[in-house]
Amino acid sequence: MSKKILAQGNEAIARGALAAGCRYYFGYPITPQNEVPEYLSKHLPEAGGVFIQAESEVASINMLLGAAATGARVMTSSSSPGISLKQEGISYLAGSEIPGVIVNMCRSGPGLGGIGPSQGDYYQATRGGGHGDYRTIVLAPHSVQENYDFTILAFDLADKYRNPVIVFGDAILGQMKEPVELKNPRPKTFKKDWALTGAKGRPQRILKSLYLADGELVDHNWNLYKKFQRMQKEVRYETLLVDDAKLVVVAFGSVARIVKTSIAMARKNGMKVGLVRPITLYPFPTAYLQELAQRIGHFMAMEMCTGQMVDDVKLAVMKTAEVGFYGRPPGSIPTPNELYEEIRKEYKRIS
Amino acid sequence: MKQVFARPKSLKDVPTHYCPGCHHGIIHRLVADAIDQYGLQEKTIAVASVGCSVLLYDYFDVDTLESPHGRAAAVATGVKRSMPDHFVFTYQGDGDLAAIGTAEIMHAANRGEFLTVIFVNNTVFGMTGGQMAPTTMIGQTTTTSPGGREPLKAGYPIKMAEIIANLEGTAYSARVSVHDAKHLMTAKKTIRKAFDAQLERRGLGFVELLSSCPTNWKMTSQEANKRVKEELVPYFPLGVYKDTSAKGDEQ
Repeated sequence: MSKKILAQGNEAIARGALAAGCRYYFGYPITPQNEVPEYLSKHLPEAGGVFIQAESEVASINMLLGAAATGARVMTSSSSPGISLKQEGISYLAGSEIPGVIVNMCRSGPGLGGIGPSQGDYYQATRGGGHGDYRTIVLAPHSVQENYDFTILAFDLADKYRNPVIVFGDAILGQMKEPVELKNPRPKTFKKDWALTGAKGRPQRILKSLYLADGELVDHNWNLYKKFQRMQKEVRYETLLVDDAKLVVVAFGSVARIVKTSIAMARKNGMKVGLVRPITLYPFPTAYLQELAQRIGHFMAMEMCTGQMVDDVKLAVMKTAEVGFYGRPPGSIPTPNELYEEIRKEYKRIS
Repeated sequence: MKQVFARPKSLKDVPTHYCPGCHHGIIHRLVADAIDQYGLQEKTIAVASVGCSVLLYDYFDVDTLESPHGRAAAVATGVKRSMPDHFVFTYQGDGDLAAIGTAEIMHAANRGEFLTVIFVNNTVFGMTGGQMAPTTMIGQTTTTSPGGREPLKAGYPIKMAEIIANLEGTAYSARVSVHDAKHLMTAKKTIRKAFDAQLERRGLGFVELLSSCPTNWKMTSQEANKRVKEELVPYFPLGVYKDTSAKGDEQ
């Protein structure tokens, strides 16, 4: 049975986790995601689960590693500086093929930066982030509803691929309130014949990322690579008004949300502008953009940083189309007018 | 004829990679003995750490999770909270637990996690080739303290058993040695008490075992055992530092 409530973005993440059957959460306070642990500290124990406020971000991701190794659904959440600290554990999760959900409500950096929204962790999120040759699936919501939905999806994808999945939002998506339809799905179950549950009536199980024997690590890395290739089919994106577009904006998350208004303004003024919104930042909708570039010659990446996703857009269409860029360093939120003005200038230039 | 001695069931019948004279093999055996005695093999989840004992799963026939360096107590917290009826232990060296993992072990103890921690202190980073550890003795020469450890530059050998005993959540903390048969028998009993702390859900059970590293100490096995007895034991006093069991006061 579904029910509609007004919820803050971070609360929607926490509710999504509960709906997905997550019963273990380990975290550490950091703005702008504190409502996630605050909500779960109350509601997880009520649901028979475990909440621990760990001594550090490092400890919390390692607690996740331990609980997830037993087959449980486990989540941690943080924001940029905290996510940097969690990278050690994320690398081990990938190397040991242990699923887990990590939420990054991205804030501005580098360093302590600020607590305002940013998309400056795009590279970190989409290139693995920690040491070693690995990838994580990255889901980028652009509404409070998607915070809820994608958190549920993140658990399914993590279990399906035995891999960490990142839910990549920002301070806007964490703090704003919107109506959310609570779907309370029956959580999907996955056969976890690798989980550590005690070697009763079966041989010992080992979860590890160390491979010392000659050739073992090469094989392990190729197997991971093949898995990352299989993950490509999880690519998700939204398109808006691309059929007749002369210029296609590529934007994700809160920027995509704002740019939808800017595109409506452009359309009103007779400019044929469309939008591709990557929902999965990894895998990136490369193939779709390539296909689109066969008939559309101009793309424009818009980001709340000085240019990271634009590289993926260029990699996708560089041989066939031109890629413009407007980046907005973090600190304050871009307005629809500001983004419209940049679109208008680019449209004029290419017309 | 009655068999009086056998390999513990939870220890595999394989040669180890440990150097001659290393105490890891002995300590493995003592831990496996305790697992067998309590009938825990099928409900044990071991957490291996980074160091010479990282290949723990090659020797212990129990489910095992490999932890990042120093994080074993946090990893084990996650395992135990998810599997409260299982037996969870970490096995960590001094480079792991007393250096990069101090935050994790302190807070796991302070939370009173129902865990058993086997802490092997050989005063050196063994696996990486004999660098200085927080437990390295004053004056001890290592590859990163070539002139001997100087306290003004590198501080003092850290006494983990005492530190852990001071935390409210700790149910049992003791330091033992395995350099001779007499001490080995004490170590065996002590390890069982660190198991009891978890099994009786009283809190964290911690055993520090003084251990030799003949390779990195550049000594023979006999010289290394002698060093444990004559140099380490006087600085790292053996004994029980905390015991919350009913019989604890009798110690």
